[in-house]
Amino acid sequence: MAASCVRTVGSFIGKCGHCSLGINTITSQVSRQVLNRQICVSSALHGKNIASMGPEKFTAEFIQKQVEEYNIGKRHLANMMGEDPENFTQEDIDRSIAYLFPSSLFVKEARPVMKHPDIIFPKQKAAQWGEDGRPFHFLFYTGKQAYYSLMHDLYGKILKLEKYQDRLKVKGLFSSEGKKASLGLSRWLTKEELEQLLVQPTSQQDYNHFIQLIERLLSMPYSGTEEEFILRYRYQLEAESRKQTVQPLQKDEKGVAFSSAEGRRKTSNSSVILRDCGSGRVTVNGQDYLHYFPFLQHREQLMFPLQFVDMLGRFDLQCTVSGGGPSSQAGALRLAISRALLSFLSEGDMENMRQAGLLTPDPRVRERKKPGQEGARRKFTWKRR
Amino acid sequence: MALQRLSLKLRQTVTHSRSLHSSGCGHQQKAVAALSDPEPFSIFRSQENDPACQSEKHLGQYYTVPSSHVRAVFPQGLRARYPQQIKTFNEACVMVRQPALEVISCLKKADYSKPALRFIFYGWEGSGKTLSLCHSVHYCYTQGWVVLHVPNAFRWVKSCRDLLPSSYNKSRFDQPFHATEWLRNFKIINESILSKIKIKQRYMWTKREFTEEGSLLGELVDQGISRVKSSSDVVGAVMKELRLQSGQPEAGFRLAVAVDGVNALWGKTNIKKENKSPVDPEELTLVYNLRKLMKNDWSGGAVITTLSQTRFFYISKSSYLPQELLGEVSGFDSMDPFIPVSVPNYSEKEFESCYLYYMDRNWLQHPQSRTEEGKKELIFLSNRNPAAFEKLCTFL
Repeated sequence: MAASCVRTVGSFIGKCGHCSLGINTITSQVSRQVLNRQICVSSALHGKNIASMGPEKFTAEFIQKQVEEYNIGKRHLANMMGEDPENFTQEDIDRSIAYLFPSSLFVKEARPVMKHPDIIFPKQKAAQWGEDGRPFHFLFYTGKQAYYSLMHDLYGKILKLEKYQDRLKVKGLFSSEGKKASLGLSRWLTKEELEQLLVQPTSQQDYNHFIQLIERLLSMPYSGTEEEFILRYRYQLEAESRKQTVQPLQKDEKGVAFSSAEGRRKTSNSSVILRDCGSGRVTVNGQDYLHYFPFLQHREQLMFPLQFVDMLGRFDLQCTVSGGGPSSQAGALRLAISRALLSFLSEGDMENMRQAGLLTPDPRVRERKKPGQEGARRKFTWKRR
Repeated sequence: MALQRLSLKLRQTVTHSRSLHSSGCGHQQKAVAALSDPEPFSIFRSQENDPACQSEKHLGQYYTVPSSHVRAVFPQGLRARYPQQIKTFNEACVMVRQPALEVISCLKKADYSKPALRFIFYGWEGSGKTLSLCHSVHYCYTQGWVVLHVPNAFRWVKSCRDLLPSSYNKSRFDQPFHATEWLRNFKIINESILSKIKIKQRYMWTKREFTEEGSLLGELVDQGISRVKSSSDVVGAVMKELRLQSGQPEAGFRLAVAVDGVNALWGKTNIKKENKSPVDPEELTLVYNLRKLMKNDWSGGAVITTLSQTRFFYISKSSYLPQELLGEVSGFDSMDPFIPVSVPNYSEKEFESCYLYYMDRNWLQHPQSRTEEGKKELIFLSNRNPAAFEKLCTFL
C-alpha cells in the first residue's frame, strides 16, 4: 500500500515538474499518464486471486526505474520548496512531504511518505542463475546459500586470526590481551533482523549456531582487526540513554537546592518541586499526602523513585496535580519526581533509573470507542437469532 | 511481679527471635541485665504502670495496663483494632504521649469545687485520640473516680434497630438496646463504687415499679439492665444523680465523663421516624441526657472528650478542627469554654519506640522491614500516622 502511495506521489511530482519545466515531450507524457493509469487501477479488477500469489516480486529493472524516478522527484520537490536540489537530504524530503500532504492519521506508517526505493521495497533475491542455468553462487545447492556463505566467511576469519596469533607467537610478541573489538552499547542482531539481512529464512538452530561462532570470534584476542565485520552484525543501542535532558540545580533564597519537573500520565498533569531540606515531608495540592492518597498503592508509587536511589528522608516534596483519577495522578507524580531527581544524580544512577522504567512516560491512553461495538473492545452481545 | 512477668516474656521472645534478627544478642544481654538488676531493659518500655506517676521522662515509652484494669479502661464498643491487638500481643500496652500527659497533669492540679473542666482531643484521623482518652480514663480509674465512659457516641446516633417512643416524654425516642449495653459496661467499670452511692430521689418506672430514695445506685443500674424498656430513662436517672452528687463535698467521689466522638451529639442522625423524616439528636433520650452532662453547671469532676471524623457523615476528611466538627452554632457554644488538646502524629522518638515495640513482639516478619531502609520506607508510607503505621504492619 505504501508502495502504491509512493508511486503516485513520486510520479505526481514528476508530472508537475514536467509541466512547470515546460518540457513538452508528448510521447513521454502520454506514456507516463498511461503508466500512471495502469498503476492506479485496483488489483481486484485484474481478476486474479491475490492471496495465492505470495509477496509481490519486483524485477531489477523495475527497482532501477523507481530509483531514477525517486531522484528526479527529489529534485522537483527541492525546486518546489525553493531549496537547493543538490543538498536535499532525506529529512528535508520528509519535512516537505509532511507540509504538502498534511495527514492526521494516528498510525505514522500510513501517512504519505517518499523514501528511497531500497527502503520501501523489501529486499529481493537477485537472479540466482544465469542464462545457461548455472547458478552464480558456489553454495547454491546447499539451499541456504547466504547463510552458509556467511558461516564460511566467519570461519575463514577465525582461521586467519589464529594464523596471525601463531605468527605473533613465533615473533614473541603475542599477548593474550590483544586488541579486542570494542562494541559499545549494542546487541547481536535478532533472528528476524538476520533473516532480513540475508534475504533468506533462517531457522532457530542456524541462528544459534551463527551466534555461537561469532561469539567465538569475538572472544579471541586480536579480534579488533575484524571489528568492522563484527559491528555489521550488531545493533547499536546507544541512542536511547542520551536523550534525557537534565535540569540544572537551582538555589532559592535560603540557599536550599531545589529542582522542579513536570510529568504526565493519561489525563493528569503534575509538577513537583523537590527541595533538599532533610525532612521527608510531602504536600500534594496543599494537603498532606496521607489524606490525598488514602490508598497504599498510590503512596508506594510516590515512594518508588526516592527509594530506588536511597534518598528517602532527604527531600521535601511540594506537588501540584490536576486532572485524571487518583492512580493516574500518582503515576504522573512519580514521573515528575524521577525527572526532578535527575539533577541530583550521577550519570550511572540516571542510567539505572532509565532501565528501571522510571523515566519513561507511560503511553497508555484510553482507547476510543468504535461504532458497532459497545466499548473499545467489547462487542455487543452475540445472539444466535 | 510485673517485672518478672515481663522478663519471662522477653526470655521467650529471645529464644524465638535469636535466629530471626541480629539484635537478638543485644536482647540477650539486656535480659541478663534485667535478671540481675531491675532497670528498664528496653528503651521503649517503661516500668511505671501507674498513670499518676508518669511524667515527661516517660514520653514515648510503652506502659502495660494491668489486666484487671483492661476491662474497665477499654470497654466494649471501642474500635475493633486495638482490642484485637491486645488479644494478639497478650498484653495491653499504651504509649505515653504528650496530649494525655497534659490532661492528666491538669486533672492533678485542678480545683474541684469549681465547674467541671472540659477537654477535647482533636487531630487527624488515626492520630491516637481515642487511646489518649483511654489513658486519661485509666488515670481517673486508678484514682478511684466514677467513670462514665461512652466509647462511641456515634453508635447511639446511627441507624438503630429499636426505637421506642419515650415513656417519660412523648416527643423523645428511646434506644433500649444501646442503653442496656451501656449500663452493663458502666456496672463492670464502676463495680466497687456503685455500692457506696445512694440515690436522692424517688423514681417511678411503671405503675407498680419504683425505686425508693436512699437505695444504692447499683440497684438502679440493675433495674435498668433487667427492665429493658425503661433502660434509657434509667441512664438518664443515673447521669442526673451523679451530676447532682459529685459536686457535694460529702459525696466522696469524683466524676469523670469520657465521651468518644462528642460531635455526634450535635450533628445529624441516620435514624428515621416512621414517616421517613429524620430524627434530631435532641429527640433521642440518651443524647439529651448526655448533653446535660456536657454543660459545666456541675462541679467535682472533669469531662474528657474526643472528636471523631471517621464515623461522622456529611463531612470531608480534611476538617479536623473543633470548630468545623462540632458545628458552629450548637455544639461549639455548648462546649465553650473548653481546653482543646491537639493529638499530632508520632514524633520521631515515638515512631522509633512504636517500631521497636513491634519488633519486640515479632510483629514485623518481613526481613526488609527490619533494616534501616525498610524503616525509612515505613516512615514515608505511613507519614508517622499511628493508625496508618499499624495497618501497614499488619501484613508485614
